[in-house]
Amino acid sequence: MIELTNPLLLAVILINFFTLGSARLGACIRVVALQGALLALLPLATHGMSGHALILGAGALLLKGIFIPTLLLRAIREVRIRREVEPIIGFVPTLIIGALTTAGAFIFADFLPLIAEHHEGFYVPTALATIFTGFLLLITRRKAITQILGYLLLENGIFIFGVLLSAAMPLMVEAGVLLDLLVGVFVMGIVLNQINREFSTLNTERLSALKE
Amino acid sequence: MIGSLALSLTIHLALLLLFAPLLQGVITKTKALFAGRVGAPLLQPYYDLARLMRKGFVFSRTTTWVFQAGPVVGLAVPLLASLLIPFGGLAAPISFEGDFILFVYLFALSRFFTATAALDTGSSFEGMGAAREVTFSCLAEPTMLFTLLVLARLSGGLSLNTLFGKHLLDAWHSEAGTSLGLILVCLFVVLLVENSRIPFDDPNTHLELTMIHEVMVLDHSGPAFGMILYGASLKMMVLGAIVVRLALPWQTGWWLSDALLFMAGLIAMAVFIGVIESIMARLRLPRVPQMLIGTSLLSIFALVLVLR
Amino acid sequence: MLEVLILFPIAIAALSLVTSHYQFRSWLLPISSGLHLLLSVLLAIGWFPATGEWIGLDALSRLVLITTSLLFFGCAIYAVGYLDIRRDRGNKVMVPCLLIFLSAMTLAIVARHLGLIWMAVEATTISSAPLIYFNRNRLSIEATWKYLLICSVGIALAMLGILFIAYSALGGGSPVCLHLDTLLSNATTLSRPWLHAGFVFLLVGFGTKMGLAPLHTWKPDAYGEAPGLVGALLAGGLTSVAFLAILRGVQLMTAAGSGDLARQALLGMGMFSLLLAAIFMVRQPDIKRLLAYSSVEHMGILAIGVGIGGMATFGAMLHLINNALTKGGLFLAAGNIQRAYNSKNISEIRGAMVTLPISGTLFLAGFLAITGSPPFGPFISEFTILRGIFGSDRMVIGMLVLLFLAIVFIGMGATILTATQGEPAEEPPQFQDRILLYISPLCFMLLILLIGVYIPEPIQAALHQAAALLEVHP
Repeated sequence: MIELTNPLLLAVILINFFTLGSARLGACIRVVALQGALLALLPLATHGMSGHALILGAGALLLKGIFIPTLLLRAIREVRIRREVEPIIGFVPTLIIGALTTAGAFIFADFLPLIAEHHEGFYVPTALATIFTGFLLLITRRKAITQILGYLLLENGIFIFGVLLSAAMPLMVEAGVLLDLLVGVFVMGIVLNQINREFSTLNTERLSALKE
Repeated sequence: MIGSLALSLTIHLALLLLFAPLLQGVITKTKALFAGRVGAPLLQPYYDLARLMRKGFVFSRTTTWVFQAGPVVGLAVPLLASLLIPFGGLAAPISFEGDFILFVYLFALSRFFTATAALDTGSSFEGMGAAREVTFSCLAEPTMLFTLLVLARLSGGLSLNTLFGKHLLDAWHSEAGTSLGLILVCLFVVLLVENSRIPFDDPNTHLELTMIHEVMVLDHSGPAFGMILYGASLKMMVLGAIVVRLALPWQTGWWLSDALLFMAGLIAMAVFIGVIESIMARLRLPRVPQMLIGTSLLSIFALVLVLR
Repeated sequence: MLEVLILFPIAIAALSLVTSHYQFRSWLLPISSGLHLLLSVLLAIGWFPATGEWIGLDALSRLVLITTSLLFFGCAIYAVGYLDIRRDRGNKVMVPCLLIFLSAMTLAIVARHLGLIWMAVEATTISSAPLIYFNRNRLSIEATWKYLLICSVGIALAMLGILFIAYSALGGGSPVCLHLDTLLSNATTLSRPWLHAGFVFLLVGFGTKMGLAPLHTWKPDAYGEAPGLVGALLAGGLTSVAFLAILRGVQLMTAAGSGDLARQALLGMGMFSLLLAAIFMVRQPDIKRLLAYSSVEHMGILAIGVGIGGMATFGAMLHLINNALTKGGLFLAAGNIQRAYNSKNISEIRGAMVTLPISGTLFLAGFLAITGSPPFGPFISEFTILRGIFGSDRMVIGMLVLLFLAIVFIGMGATILTATQGEPAEEPPQFQDRILLYISPLCFMLLILLIGVYIPEPIQAALHQAAALLEVHP
């Protein structure tokens, strides 16, 4: 099981680094899609070919790997924004912070009271690292669409942790969670469009009229 | 004892000196095939070297001995460095504890001389090229050191021979395999940077402003330029040897088959470089340091993984 | 029967999408929410069996369900009048979103599986985002974006917390399961570190949704820019639902024997919310933002009440009802005032009691009620909580709470008295009180007054039962 999942999770981490370091919005969306598709394989690699894992994997693939990225790609095409990421903190510092937190997650995971069979795999540190990366993207990027990407990474991180516990989440609930994610991103996409129409930019720094 | 040392020295040097220019030829051929051209013959680098060696020396009156030392050091350093690393299954002729630090700094030495030789001409273009080259190498160095540290941690030894010893095959199958995969990528990037390949530098560019490495050697000509070209191909083979050893850790035990496997690996690597150069564009200059810092971080991450 | 309660609003939402008659669509709201209220009451008094593995009612959810349903009914009546004067905006988005919001809230209240609760709470975020964006201007976009992003991220953390709780079952050797009843009965076997971490994330996640400081940043923006009736539903209904989700965590922690830790965390966040709200309410010129900070304050009071425990828990349960109804009334009245003056800033609002006699008076009464003046309900509940604090010998906390409440009273009073008293401007207002727009806040205020004077026996019993659920010790 570890032989199959560790490279998968490692690829997920590399994609985290890529999203932090890449300047091109389209590329970022595509790699997040790739990450979603990789994560769709994770339940299968972890639990084998059970019906639950298959449906979960197919759902994740459809949503995280295909549907949501298509939505976002269409959004950036329609709003005709500058396709650069525009970070608040530069790429190199965020990359360094990202790498430090990832390394920290690996060290931290060793101290967690995990049950024996989860000590070996990369699940928990990868989940933590992906969540951190999502937060970093949310905090350090100006464009609304990169914030959505950050949110997706955050969800992906939680998904990795959730795969360990898929017995706890009956299929119905998992489907509901994925559906929530989809509709959430859909609504965010609509708001994105409205932001662009009103402000002619997707820069969230313009969203600063409401304050004390 | 002396006899076996002499034998391994001979094999090592013969392999290096005879085989190295072929790699450049393979890369050029691959790119030509990708572009749908017939391309120069595989042995073209050899012809070029022979042609350059037949020419006379031309030196600018403003230059000093530093300008002449550049190509010499550029050729001598890869030769020395090649003696420290194993060529595939063939162990290095010279090996001692901590030689990997010498290995890293030998290349720093050659870079120092190339850069000072470039500065010696007093040309502004060459100064700019030297500045860029030194910056990028500076950023590539941590990656190199950290990857070697990962290998040191895995092997438990401190000489390059043990670092790239037989345990690599088992290490690939163990949990450390992921780390090895990471540092393989890092080392490959270092190889591309150090040898001024696309996407970090374009060896075929014709505009001085966009050059990095090539602009530094503009003023060299004749045999001096030949030495630089030869030194460059040796350097590619030496660094390539590390990558190939890491990627193909198999060992047959018989020196001839080991050498053949090694050469096949090198050619495959050259083809791979050719493919990369055909399908990728050059990175924008400010992105190169970002990329290098990225690989440094990756190698640190790999180190954390094996230290865990 | 519970399934019907959850599903029929969705069916009516679908119906509202296919009808073309504007008024009919608006009237679907009070019709369905009236039915919802009726069903909820019948379920609460036990006419229909309402227990199950996935969804079921206990004393806590019964309380929140009735409160939310009542609030929604009032807001639905207001909505008919409101949508009538906002024909320019249409109701094709508002009505279905409100109904889905109702359904999601109901599911979040009655769910007995942590994953299901999460799903429903996230659904409330999504379905309420279009409601906040009702006015379609730059400010409301900004508010919607912040609301959507901050709440989604917060809720994502709550998901992590839920997974940690599931992991605590794995670490403790029991089968992984997120059914509340199973978890509660196996609580003592759960692995402590994971359970504690899970609770903290749950608190942070649902705390964001509830608006506990320092996670409240979206609240003033969203409440300020949303229409008054949406503000009422968010401040009164949604916060209670999120609080219920946190209370499930408290229940679990108490059952596992770590109740003290949970209470301390709640107490700390509650005090901080109170402090922050008090600071921001002084010299707040915007009446709706003022109400938003007041909401932060009252979330703080709820958290403190549960954090103290004992009698204060009972107070918190009562306060949940009081807060929901008072906030509902206040937001609806504030919406009317905003309409009349075309502004929500006190630099332009003067003499609301003359311009809008009923709404203005209700607004003033609501202010008195929410700041805990007798004889309104919040006075009783805040007094009970304070008695609980002093009764448990926490003098410093008690004094601080009193101090903050005093600051809030002064700060809020300064703004609201300026708005309601004084001479109105000469030009005639564009808006007059009309029955549909003041009947609900009026009824809310009357109910609050009733609770302040006399709490009927069955309600008192229900409150005690709810409080008892949080006090079980292993």
